[in-house]
Amino acid sequence: MRSIAVDEGRGVNARALVVSDLVVAYKPGQPVLKGVTITFNGRGMTAVIGPSGTGKSTLIRTINRLVEPTSGQVLFLGRDMARVKGRTLREMRSRIGMVFQEFNLVERLSVMENLLCGRLGFVPAWRTWLRRFPESDIARAFDLLDAVGLREFATQRADALSGGQRQRVGIARALMQEPALLLADEPTSSLDPKTSVEIMELMTSLARRNDVPVIVNMHDVELAKRFAERIIGLSGGTVVFDGPPGALKDEHLKQIYGGEGWL
Amino acid sequence: MTAVAKAPAWERFTPRERFARFTVYLLTVAAVVTSLRTVEVIPEFLYDAPEQMMDLFRRMWPMDVGHYPQAIHAALVETIHIATLGTILSVLLALPIGVMAAGNVTPYPALNFIAKLLLVSSRSVNSLVWALVFVAVFGPGPLAGVFAIAFRSIGFVGKLFGEVLEEAHRGAIEALTAAGAPWVSVLRMGYWPQVKPAFWSIVMFRWDINVRESAVLGLVGAGGIGVVLDTALNLFHWDRVAMTLASIFGVVIFAEIVVTAIRRRVL
Amino acid sequence: MLSPSKHGREARRAFEANWLARLGWLALAAYVFYAGSLLDLNWERLLLGLDNAGRLFGRMFPPDYSRWELLLKGMMESLEIAVLASFFGIAVSLPVGLLASRNMMPAWLTWPARMLIALCRSFHPVIVSILFVKAVGFGALAGILALVVASIGFIAKLFAEAIEEISLKQVEAVRSTGASMPNVLIFGVLPQVLARFIGFAAYQLDSNLRNSTMVGIVGAGGIGGTLFAAFQRFDYDFVLAILIAIIVTIMIGEILSARLRAVFQ
Repeated sequence: MRSIAVDEGRGVNARALVVSDLVVAYKPGQPVLKGVTITFNGRGMTAVIGPSGTGKSTLIRTINRLVEPTSGQVLFLGRDMARVKGRTLREMRSRIGMVFQEFNLVERLSVMENLLCGRLGFVPAWRTWLRRFPESDIARAFDLLDAVGLREFATQRADALSGGQRQRVGIARALMQEPALLLADEPTSSLDPKTSVEIMELMTSLARRNDVPVIVNMHDVELAKRFAERIIGLSGGTVVFDGPPGALKDEHLKQIYGGEGWL
Repeated sequence: MTAVAKAPAWERFTPRERFARFTVYLLTVAAVVTSLRTVEVIPEFLYDAPEQMMDLFRRMWPMDVGHYPQAIHAALVETIHIATLGTILSVLLALPIGVMAAGNVTPYPALNFIAKLLLVSSRSVNSLVWALVFVAVFGPGPLAGVFAIAFRSIGFVGKLFGEVLEEAHRGAIEALTAAGAPWVSVLRMGYWPQVKPAFWSIVMFRWDINVRESAVLGLVGAGGIGVVLDTALNLFHWDRVAMTLASIFGVVIFAEIVVTAIRRRVL
Repeated sequence: MLSPSKHGREARRAFEANWLARLGWLALAAYVFYAGSLLDLNWERLLLGLDNAGRLFGRMFPPDYSRWELLLKGMMESLEIAVLASFFGIAVSLPVGLLASRNMMPAWLTWPARMLIALCRSFHPVIVSILFVKAVGFGALAGILALVVASIGFIAKLFAEAIEEISLKQVEAVRSTGASMPNVLIFGVLPQVLARFIGFAAYQLDSNLRNSTMVGIVGAGGIGGTLFAAFQRFDYDFVLAILIAIIVTIMIGEILSARLRAVFQ
């Protein structure tokens, strides 16, 4: 595991992520994010909650630049993710793992190959073409498969797995990158409630064991309160709540989601 | 994370899969290398090709536009008629063979086999070769062209039609059979409504191909625009060749537009 | 195309507008007569032809294999043309197809690639062969080049369509790991399209094999030249021998290409 300098003194470590004045507009003049400023201190799990279409996904995807920001900054590891290009962008992405709502596994590849996808930022194409990954990568993949309990599925094709199993592979793939930050975009939305809890437990424990900060996006408030150490409420493209789960009261939820009949 | 005692090796394929793939790669390489070594190609001709091509294009330009009203137009119309009549004839011949080839409609393996053999033979012989055969039968002219197009298309239309029949849903057919409907009625009322859209789609698709194919039949004397092309080629009238090629291009585009329009409206 | 609601609609329309359908069939019959008379098709010619056909078949049997060396040589050359044209055609089609896929490439790259494909598609292989015969002389080279062009027109288009139908979510996931473009292609795109690519390639090999038996008619090498000469000399028994050889070769080719598809399933 890469060692990362930790500056405990300021309460913010080297893996801190600073989003400032972030504006994202898919159509000119109709911003989804209207100037979001958040400092993630590079530790533990932060959950971003909010109603659908409020820009949760956009926020997460702007962090690893799957979405182009319109203006603002995303500072991470000393670089502005909103500005980097080409090789630097790829290097930055390789340090950020991502877990997707619909798992996004490469269906026709084996589970092992899907895990090795996590190393694609580090291994040149001629080696990946021949599937000649470094031995350490293969060993790490088997370790992670053990950790997510899918060792015996290594050679099975990803499309043969159930939803929960796929998301386990998704998490393992993200951790294969040895990321300095783990992003999760609605990781449990395509799963049943029991599997959702299992996946969140797995993700939390693995992130803790690998010492990776997590930013997770979810609409399930209870799940967010149960697993996250900090909750950020987004509504209408701006931050309306930022604090520990204990501080999240009904009036905040009313503000975030609007109305109260559902409470 | 605690390391496992010895990192197990990971292999992408089972030995059997690897062997199969390796065999394919080996055969591919062997075929290509053998072909490269034995084929009679004079490399100098290849180096010379760009220059020759340029020379060809210089002779082609400007095109002999005046040749269009003189000879090309009539031949183009004839080409379209050959393609259309050929398609109609091929459908008439292919329908019974397609029915015979569909295992669920005709539950006699021997008949299925004969039908499939007929279809493969039809597809294997190129339309130009069929044209040679029918020029020998009917003498030069569009009649040979119509038959060449028809016989080449039987395999295509029959195969696709047979496949569509085999994919038809059983429900309606079982209901009709259970009601004691005779064989012809089962075909007419059970299968036909199901396969109708696919049938017209196949016919249109083949007509589009046939317009392209009928444009070259004239090279062996089976009528159409190919005759004009052949004459111009033999006389080295490259400006006329160019005009003819441009006209063929126009007709091919025209056919594609017609097919797209009909598909959008009807299917 | 075969959705149940559609059948329902079709069936109802067929009953309501039956007279329209009948009018259509009538128009078709009228066209057949009109076009037939225009092309000077009539019963006498047809019957005369049937008579001729009988004699032709009589002279075709039994097929004459005495010149098997000539036959073998021509078939081998056709096979070589098909193999090389498929190999180089597919090799060129892969990048062209990728460049033409609108979901992976910017518009300024897809346009020229699509133009190239359309150009390669628009002419029959025989016409392309004629041009290449003029450019590089008689022989197999012209046939190979012509079929390479035909292959590009056909499978580069299919490749592009297959790439356009892939799931972008999987590609996005691979891209989010910081993978380079080649790695995204190898792990995100290729697995999704490989099976279909193999299918297209096998189909193209079949198709090139068929066409390679024909380009010889215009002097571009292969068995076609031998066949054409046999026709012109009225050696119909040799013609039948060649035709049987072609059909058998193509049937073997179809079986092999089915096997090939199974291996990469």
